[in-house]
Amino acid sequence: MRLDPWRFLWSALFVAGLFAGPVVAQSIEDKLVIITSFPKDLTGPFQAAFEKKHAGAKVEVLNKSTSAGIKFLEETASKNTTDLFWASAPDAFEVLKGAGLLHKYSTKAKGIPEKIGSYPIHDPDGLYFGFAASGYGIMWNTRYVQAKGLPVAKEWDDLKKPVYFGHVAMSAPSRSGTTHLTVETILQGEGWDKGWATLKDISGNFKTVTERSFGVPDGVNSGDFGFGIVIDFFAFSSQASGFPVDFVYPKVTSVVPANIGIVKNAPHPKAAEAFVEFVLSPEGQEILLDPKIRRLPVNPATYSKAPQGFPNPFQDKSIGAGVKFDAKLSEQRYRAVSALFDVVVTYRHEDLAKATKAIHDAEAALAKKPNAEGAKLVKEARAAVTAMPISAAEAAKPEFAAVFTKTRAKKEDKAAGRQAEVEEQWDSFAKKNYADAKEKADKARSLAK
Amino acid sequence: MIAEFRRHPGPAAVFFAVAAFLVVFLGVPVVNVVFVAFQDPATGAFTLVNFEDFFRTSLFRESFWNSIYVAAMTVVVASALALPLAYFTTRFHFGGAAVIQSLGVVPLIMPPFVGAVAMQLLFGRNGSINLLLDSWFGITIPFMSGLNGVIFVEAIHYFPFILLNVTASLQIIDRSMEESAQNLGSSGFRLFRRIVFPLAMPGYVAGASLVFLKVFDDLGTPLLLNVNKLLAPQAYLRISTVGVTDPMGYVISVILVAFSLLAMWAATLALRGKDYATVQRGGGGLARRRMRPSEKVGAYAVVLLVLVLVLSPHVGLALLSFGTVWSFSTTPDAYTLAHYHKIFEDTPEFVTNTVLYATLAAGIDVVLGTAIAYLVLRTRLPGRVWLDYMAMGAIVVPGLVLGIGYLRTFHGVEAPWGGQPLAAWWGILVIALAVRRLPYALRSCTAALQQLSVSLEEAAENLGAGKLRTVRRIVVPLMAGGMLAGFVTSFATAAVELSTTIMLVARESDAPLSYAIYVYMQSAAGRGPGAALGIVAVVIVALGAFFSHRVIESERRERAVLAAA
Repeated sequence: MRLDPWRFLWSALFVAGLFAGPVVAQSIEDKLVIITSFPKDLTGPFQAAFEKKHAGAKVEVLNKSTSAGIKFLEETASKNTTDLFWASAPDAFEVLKGAGLLHKYSTKAKGIPEKIGSYPIHDPDGLYFGFAASGYGIMWNTRYVQAKGLPVAKEWDDLKKPVYFGHVAMSAPSRSGTTHLTVETILQGEGWDKGWATLKDISGNFKTVTERSFGVPDGVNSGDFGFGIVIDFFAFSSQASGFPVDFVYPKVTSVVPANIGIVKNAPHPKAAEAFVEFVLSPEGQEILLDPKIRRLPVNPATYSKAPQGFPNPFQDKSIGAGVKFDAKLSEQRYRAVSALFDVVVTYRHEDLAKATKAIHDAEAALAKKPNAEGAKLVKEARAAVTAMPISAAEAAKPEFAAVFTKTRAKKEDKAAGRQAEVEEQWDSFAKKNYADAKEKADKARSLAK
Repeated sequence: MIAEFRRHPGPAAVFFAVAAFLVVFLGVPVVNVVFVAFQDPATGAFTLVNFEDFFRTSLFRESFWNSIYVAAMTVVVASALALPLAYFTTRFHFGGAAVIQSLGVVPLIMPPFVGAVAMQLLFGRNGSINLLLDSWFGITIPFMSGLNGVIFVEAIHYFPFILLNVTASLQIIDRSMEESAQNLGSSGFRLFRRIVFPLAMPGYVAGASLVFLKVFDDLGTPLLLNVNKLLAPQAYLRISTVGVTDPMGYVISVILVAFSLLAMWAATLALRGKDYATVQRGGGGLARRRMRPSEKVGAYAVVLLVLVLVLSPHVGLALLSFGTVWSFSTTPDAYTLAHYHKIFEDTPEFVTNTVLYATLAAGIDVVLGTAIAYLVLRTRLPGRVWLDYMAMGAIVVPGLVLGIGYLRTFHGVEAPWGGQPLAAWWGILVIALAVRRLPYALRSCTAALQQLSVSLEEAAENLGAGKLRTVRRIVVPLMAGGMLAGFVTSFATAAVELSTTIMLVARESDAPLSYAIYVYMQSAAGRGPGAALGIVAVVIVALGAFFSHRVIESERRERAVLAAA
């Protein structure tokens, strides 16, 4: 029998082609280790669906808080045992990226736009990928609001009002990357000075500044405080669990992605890539609509399957439209903003709240019995509360950032002092101003008697 | 100096074994992390400038004084809660003493996060109690705010340290001491103040110093109340903030260790020059006094009141675990068993892991604690006191620091079996738990040995028993009460440890309960299952404490029978 070489070649290619598909799909490793800060409600469905799709692959999900996860990856880098890092805060991924702990990859997923609002969905350098979006807003406990007869606050400015004194809470930006984004969004939306004034007026009404971001929805759910400044899915998933809570996006907000990244020298690189592709695929995106997860998909097509009333940031331009978020600026002054907030708000909250209360009381007294000198004093008191120890230009200086990061990139980089030194200066500035403000407000109030 | 080691080869061998353990599993990992406290942030050269910064920073100075104030006041409040319970249940015929003493351990188990939620729902500004007070009288009490809130919660949480150690001490004071005093006309509070309490001093000092040190370094409670102007939360917040390399967190850790050692040294001074040992061990068990009926009513009222107060967080926890939604109301909206179903479906291995790890860790602690106590009190080996100080230092090392240190020290080391890193082995987690909880067992064992007259051992040796045999047949049985107190405190607190655990857990199948609680408490839907797991932890520890009491009691009875025969 004569063998036609061409025919043989074609049939061989055909046979190879038949096998190539399944072979590629199954050639991932049989194990995958993920470190995540996400709750089981989110990781569970993804894990189950992925294991079903890639039979034989066993996914090991390890829960660590974001900071513990980063420390774990740093300490184990010499002999890495982790494939993927999966968490919300973009800043955590920036830290890992800066430390060279992430592996570069380019995703094949289609249909995902470059940006959501004005924020890039994937890391431009291809080291981590946004898979779900979240926006910030105000969450409240409906029973609490009703029992205390409070109006519902819909905008940041509402939260400044005296009726909300002691009813609001937020996490510290240094503790929660997403809270940092809220703070930065307000600072960029309203400008440095006005933004800080807004932040301090709201903070004066705080009942507490929580140590972890989940402490805020936790407190609202319990009714410990009425209003919380939280990321949307905390509110949605609390609602889905039956808590009497509601949520609104204020005008000034930004929508930011939650991320996944492949760890450098991953022991199971193919499985890691397959998981990233899965999370970004239409199938994976749809899992986000689960009522216990309720995160916003980054693939606009997925919203067609969403239940009624599900917010869609790609269509509803009011979500995150108020601000053009400058990610570069945010990064430049990241540590300075976090540290500033801690020093002047978190650690001196008691003094700030006292000054705020005194101003509220003085204004109420003056409204009943106007007094020119009193009005002037209150104005001065407000100015003292909102004054900041450094300007926007100073905060964005590279040598200032170096104070907080210490690892100097280049030899000629200079730090403007030690963190403790700088913080002590800010602290005495804030402490003195809050005391002055309280004194002036008290005096104004006595004038209106 | 070396001659002393040569002369006593047995104790010397124990000394070096214990020292090696402490150096490898405590010293090296901690130094590996905190050395940055002594580094210039910019150049990396050795410097003390960070410590100057600490004392120059008014926030840290305020935090330092706040920490001392909170720790000292907590000792006062915790003593008020613990002493009546300990006194009534050990020196008198008091029905239900074993149950009361076992329940008294329960407050030590405050499961992470979910315990905090339960406390807020009960005592918080809009918790059950305040909602009721508000609707009845129009007032609210800020149980859970500011430094006083921290003192309130800490006292409830840690008073068992005093209860357990004082109970152990009281149980071995012979009745004859009280009888002599009574014959001389002393009674009532004077008898307690002048005779019983002073004799129980080693136990009280052990318990009170543990409360002081633990509260001084405690993170959980201040974080739950969001009080951050204390040293330990200041250290924690700085160490755990993402991407910050500020050395101050480690500087504060070093200062916490230094101050705690100072406090320990002061506590040793308080006991120095006094002899608490008694030869009599009450032969046929403890003869207990009887109370007059009126006294009995009063005593039960006090005990009940204390128990209701200290167990209320766990009542709240139980409600949370059976409740559907509990929000801004005095009790949950409805009740369900669904949360328990969920945890037994999700996580059966967490329970067995917890029991295994906590038992092993507490076992290691009692062995090490007894060894160190014996070396310190019964030998003259040079440097023996430093073993004690070093072991106690573990109480103030933040769990996060120990966790990072273990990863740094043991991740590069390959386990001799299989190719995995040593740090990923569950045994390392057990050792880390043992190191963190060693101070509790150590203080209890030391107190027990202080009350034991050395003449008993000398008698045994005169009768021809060797050192080892004396320890085994005389010292250990007579110290049993104190060792048990140490085991129970170490076990209870190891069962709910989180900060080191979360750093070191490398496989979910190796994870203990506290990890599972943490995972649940990351989402709104996880609150119920988290509380249910918390209740499981409480039940495990309470049962453990109860059976340990039973074992000790029955041994004591056996000895009494032998002595009578």
